[in-house]
Amino acid sequence: MKVIVPVKRVPDTAGDKVIDADTKTMDRDAGETVLCPVNEFAIEEAVKLKEATGAEVTVLLIGPDGAQSTIRKALSYGLDGAIQVTDDAISGSDALGTARVIAAALADVEFDVVIFGNQSTDARTSLVPAAVAELLDLPSLTYARFMEIDGDAITVHREHEEGWDVVESTLPAVVSVVEAINEPRYPNFKGIMAAKSKPLDVKSLADLGVDAAAVGAGDAAATMYAFEPRPPKAAGTIVTDDGSGSAADDLADWMEEQKFI
Amino acid sequence: MALSFILTDEQEEFRGLVKRFADEVIAPRADELNAEGVFPVDIVQQMGELGLFAIPFAEADGGMGADLTTLCLAIEEIGRVDQSLGITLEAAVGLGATPIAEYGTDEQKLQWLGDLLTGQRVAGFGLTEPGGGSDVVGATRTTAEVDGDHWVVNGSKVFITNAGTDITSVVTVLARTGEDADGRPELTSIVVPADTPGFSVAPKYRKVGWHASDTREVILDDVRVPLANTLGERGEGFRQFLATLDDGRIAISALAVGLIQGCIDECTRYANEREAFGTPIGSNQAIAFKIADMEVAAHTARLATHEAAWRRDNGLDYKRQACIAKLYSSEAAVSAAREAAQVFGGYGFMTEYRVGRFYQDAKILEIGEGTSEVQRMLIARDLGVGTS
Ligand SMILES: Cc1cc2nc3c(=O)[nH]c(=O)nc-3n(C[C@H](O)[C@H](O)[C@H](O)COP(=O)(O)OP(=O)(O)OC[C@H]3O[C@@H](n4cnc5c(N)ncnc54)[C@H](O)[C@@H]3O)c2cc1C
Ligand SMILES: Cc1cc2nc3c(=O)[nH]c(=O)nc-3n(C[C@H](O)[C@H](O)[C@H](O)COP(=O)(O)OP(=O)(O)OC[C@H]3O[C@@H](n4cnc5c(N)ncnc54)[C@H](O)[C@@H]3O)c2cc1C
Repeated sequence: MKVIVPVKRVPDTAGDKVIDADTKTMDRDAGETVLCPVNEFAIEEAVKLKEATGAEVTVLLIGPDGAQSTIRKALSYGLDGAIQVTDDAISGSDALGTARVIAAALADVEFDVVIFGNQSTDARTSLVPAAVAELLDLPSLTYARFMEIDGDAITVHREHEEGWDVVESTLPAVVSVVEAINEPRYPNFKGIMAAKSKPLDVKSLADLGVDAAAVGAGDAAATMYAFEPRPPKAAGTIVTDDGSGSAADDLADWMEEQKFI
Repeated sequence: MALSFILTDEQEEFRGLVKRFADEVIAPRADELNAEGVFPVDIVQQMGELGLFAIPFAEADGGMGADLTTLCLAIEEIGRVDQSLGITLEAAVGLGATPIAEYGTDEQKLQWLGDLLTGQRVAGFGLTEPGGGSDVVGATRTTAEVDGDHWVVNGSKVFITNAGTDITSVVTVLARTGEDADGRPELTSIVVPADTPGFSVAPKYRKVGWHASDTREVILDDVRVPLANTLGERGEGFRQFLATLDDGRIAISALAVGLIQGCIDECTRYANEREAFGTPIGSNQAIAFKIADMEVAAHTARLATHEAAWRRDNGLDYKRQACIAKLYSSEAAVSAAREAAQVFGGYGFMTEYRVGRFYQDAKILEIGEGTSEVQRMLIARDLGVGTS
């Protein structure tokens, strides 16, 4: 079985995100960048498939030259190889442009299943997995909190607000996973040392036959008009316990108001 | 081999991994483990999954084929959040597995090394006896006598790390096996599996610190082990343990660096948070300078540690550098812990705070694997002081 895990390089989730005022895009060089934490869950599913079936797992990253450290990080979980698509024309792509590049990269290789994270921690649109499935005309099994492959059949539990649906399809298929799906392991020393020697296939848009005009900032379907920093946190509601037991009711009322319960 | 202060990409990545593991897995449990004096088998085995116990060993032996410098990075990062697990790693690798890897036969390695390198088991090394640890040759009373194709070992060892855990596989003990022509004791290292009849450990010590590390008195009462358990040749014990301690000093130095770094991390945060007289306590120079001094100590100790490790990894003489690193780092750690506890005020005297715990943990660094006096003695001797 061949598995592809597309991974994203994102600003460190612990740091502040900086948006460039001129280009209205995230300044990805402003701070530390890391492998998107949600991708760790996708990698864990892939590693489990590798352990169970000997699957060959390749990571796919669309990103500039500096992203190799993110690729190595992903490979350090014991994966087999990587594909990086890098091209100046990709810069400024929106979710759809990114999906086009990923779809083109996937069309160029063999695979049985593609495992995405359900969202990135920076832009958080959740659009890319479904767009890729659509562009490749493949089954789209998103928001998986459980997945199982048996022969060329795949079953996922698709998470939603009330619980989950059991969704089945045949392979090849596109999956995106939520964080409830597993508990990612840590990489290990061996994986870190081996990462550097794993094959990395770097491709340009021309290699993939993608028209540079179809991606990048110029062709973005989404337009960013304005942005504002997050407003300062409003003062919270304080529920005081006066010993009479009313605080619990007050708290419950408040949670109901907020639709938490 | 030019001297570089820059770690490789892999070493940085690995340091980051161990740091994350220490922060996410060890730190949240450190207080409870130390308060209850529990040796956490599950964490040790997870550390094994990361590959920590296999770092400096040859790939042919199931190791990672990496170096002492890399092991020091791991010990520092673990020691930054918990000294007990730091010493557990240091002793398991440096005292437990290294002598077997270094001096063991292929059969001995096959028998014991696999489980030690994956962290499924740990091993200890017993030098110190009730009569003394600094003067090992003079103080060793444990004997081993040949009976057919077995050794019969009798005696006791004190303060032996990793000797009494649920996953202890073997303890290598140094025993007198005779005398040489000049009447000096002949010392031999013998591997004693922990399940051998006659091998037992006393109840846990009531220690000042290192509460989650396992330290035991080992009692050897007519313990019969095959002659095949001899490590290296009979009579090589003295040379073997000297070499073992050289590396151990560098690793203990790394553990001390971790302690100082932990003090800096904790104090920097606390000095900015805690207010007195209307300002954060860190705005007082008296407090800020303590933390600046800790940083100077951490930086200096780290350089001394890495240089000693680098010399060893590159086949240069390193004995004196190992003594210097161990001496400086351990004494700096004791000072840092004392000052860190001061920065925390009353909370610094509470063991549930890391700096309070480190205040307890620091002292042993000046004692174990060669006391400060022994380090000074070796440095002076190496300089030729007092030899004429
Ligand atoms: C928690 C813990 C874990 C340990 N783990 C291990 C282990 O795994 N394996 C092991 O074999 N041992 C272990 N030890 C023992 C440790 O290595 C010894 O305690 C140490 O070497 C000192 O030996 P000693 O306690 O017998 O002190 P002594 O040798 O009796 O020394 C007492 C004092 O005299 C000083 N002194 C001695 N000789 C001289 C001299 N020539 N000049 C000046 N001063 C001198 C010493 O520096 C010290 O201050 C451990 C100890 C502890 C506390
Ligand atoms: C050749 C030279 C180059 C320099 N280059 C730079 C530079 O590149 N950038 C820069 O920012 N500064 C620079 N300085 C300034 C230098 O850092 C200051 O001189 C220093 O901070 C001491 O301040 P001061 O001279 O006012 O103290 P002085 O009044 O001259 O010092 C008297 C004593 O006061 C104490 N003291 C002074 N300041 C402090 C303090 N902040 N905390 C605690 N104790 C204190 C010390 O005990 C000191 O010995 C330079 C100075 C010299 C002489």
